[in-house]
Amino acid sequence: MSGSTQPSGGPTKGVLGWIEFRLPIFSFLNSSVGYAYPAPKNLSYWWNFGSLAGVALVIQILTGIVLAMHYIPTAAEAFGSVERIMRDVNYGWLLRYMHANGASMFFAVVYLHIFRGLYYGSYKYPRELLWWIGLVIFILMIATAFMGYVLPWGQMSFWAATVITNLFSAIPLVGTAIVTWFWGDFSVGDALLRRLFSLHYLLPFVIAAMAIIHLWALHQHKSNNPLGIDMKGPQDQLSFHPYYTAKDLFGLGIYLIIFAALVFYVPNSLSEPVNYVPANPLQTPPHIVPEWYLLPFYAILRAVPDKLGGVIAMAGALVVLFAVPWLDTSKVRSARFRPIFKWLFWVFVVDAIVLGIVGAHPPGGAYVPIGQIATAYYFLHFLVLMPVIGKLESPLPLPDSIATAVLAKGKR
Amino acid sequence: MAGEPSGADKNRRDFLYIATGAMATAGTAVALWPFIHQMNPAADVLALASIEVDLSGVPVGQAITVRWRGKPVFIRHRTPDEIAEAQKVDVGTLRDPQADSARVQKPEWLVMVGVCTHLGCIPLGQKDTDPHGEFDGWFCPCHGSQYDSSGRIRKGPAPQNLEVPQYAFIDANRIRIG
Ligand code: HEM
Ligand code: FES
Repeated sequence: MSGSTQPSGGPTKGVLGWIEFRLPIFSFLNSSVGYAYPAPKNLSYWWNFGSLAGVALVIQILTGIVLAMHYIPTAAEAFGSVERIMRDVNYGWLLRYMHANGASMFFAVVYLHIFRGLYYGSYKYPRELLWWIGLVIFILMIATAFMGYVLPWGQMSFWAATVITNLFSAIPLVGTAIVTWFWGDFSVGDALLRRLFSLHYLLPFVIAAMAIIHLWALHQHKSNNPLGIDMKGPQDQLSFHPYYTAKDLFGLGIYLIIFAALVFYVPNSLSEPVNYVPANPLQTPPHIVPEWYLLPFYAILRAVPDKLGGVIAMAGALVVLFAVPWLDTSKVRSARFRPIFKWLFWVFVVDAIVLGIVGAHPPGGAYVPIGQIATAYYFLHFLVLMPVIGKLESPLPLPDSIATAVLAKGKR
Repeated sequence: MAGEPSGADKNRRDFLYIATGAMATAGTAVALWPFIHQMNPAADVLALASIEVDLSGVPVGQAITVRWRGKPVFIRHRTPDEIAEAQKVDVGTLRDPQADSARVQKPEWLVMVGVCTHLGCIPLGQKDTDPHGEFDGWFCPCHGSQYDSSGRIRKGPAPQNLEVPQYAFIDANRIRIG
């Protein structure tokens, strides 16, 4: 942990020096996650979720690869092969519960990561592309999670596949042709299952590649921070190693404890029991819902009483996030210095949670108008409040530098 | 950084580093095991690991091949000549010394895994028309190993005799393998 690498540059002597001279990997690591990568000295625990998302992705890939050694992607055998994994394969139950709950953990940390960005204005100049790449990752995650959910071929799998693929039938003129193309058949069946398995295996590696590009963009302008002001020199910085490696590892410890608690004590708490019933193409379960992490989008889909309109609203809820760097007209990044926006942020958080709750219930009674109001507010927040408040609000004075703010806090 | 830690502080740090490193290593090793063990035969595969075979249809001088754990098992109804030949061999001269009596439960029935102990090919010799090698037994076409009428290695590159699986006679005419 100490010694072999100089604070700047890489090793020059010995075997490591020989490698470094030909492939400068040690100086690369050093300048990426080592002594030579500077980070703001005031990063809070909200900055742990990026590295946790990376760990979650690795866990999904590792458990997924071993599950694929036992899983059979055919309509006749998929369900049985998953049950076999649960009962007969050595530690199959553990690997499957890790993969299923790992997806939830992945979404949880990525949601916290995104909300962190929304609060501290991390999407603003000069990090717009970084934000976009993050959103692309998020959309790929949604696609991957949906496809994975279909694989066990239980009742929820089957009907989720039916409903989601049928969303595309809302497209005028070519909708039905597109859905038939997806299916490779005239109904959801073998052909669809096999192509979803193929893609479910592929997309995580695309996500991994995007995460590397995400980090590349991050390292260009370095991390934002809770104050939202730029680093101006060494007095504002800490080296990534050992300060943030240690902090990230501590966060990882907490993450793994929560993950283990889910996997070992309540492995089915986040999933729908009806997915343990084999797919039956002739009978839909009385109430179908997606996994928790997609509920808000599901609520938005159902809020619009029109087939095409609902699909557009749901897609729009994602697309609007790409415009956020320009919809937010305030020059100040961190909500800490934005007295009005700060509250709007929390109202938005509540709105997202309300959408989640609405999405979990059958569309009836009060849930319908509540879902519609919450959907309207979702778009109001981004399309109206963000641009308008950015102009109207007068932000609090910003500290001169990260260092002065940190020292002032230390004195208090 | 406010300079290098010294004295007691340094020892304390070293201890923390080593303790953390050791915990992380142990934890990773434990977490790795399920990923490795999942590739071993699963419970249902192990459950299929024994079979019953009816021998009543195998006349003297004939052999049958059955599948057990995905591998061929040779079952030969030996002739008195073959038995006598197998018994009179001087065990001391064999590459993998083993008396014929140690390889059979009833001298007329020879039961063994039909996988060459060299590199895994299936020796010829189950049919009358097959080559049997110089020792009235089996001949491996891959690299020329020759086994005798007790399935013992006599010539060629294979190091060991053909393996005798665990089996038991359930009654006079039936055995259970595995
Ligand atoms: C596989 C998924 C993802 C991985 C592995 C990942 C990884 C990371 C890492 C390691 C960091 C630096 C540490 C940190 O600030 O937390 C980071 C920063 C960032 N990420 Fe992600 N991320 C992912 C998804 C997303 C998504 C979905 C978004 C949002 C749309 C996003 C937006 C950002 C932004 C804006 C930053 C810069 C934040 C700042 O410095 O304030 N990321 N990401
Ligand atoms: S495998 Fe039989 S002789 Fe080589």
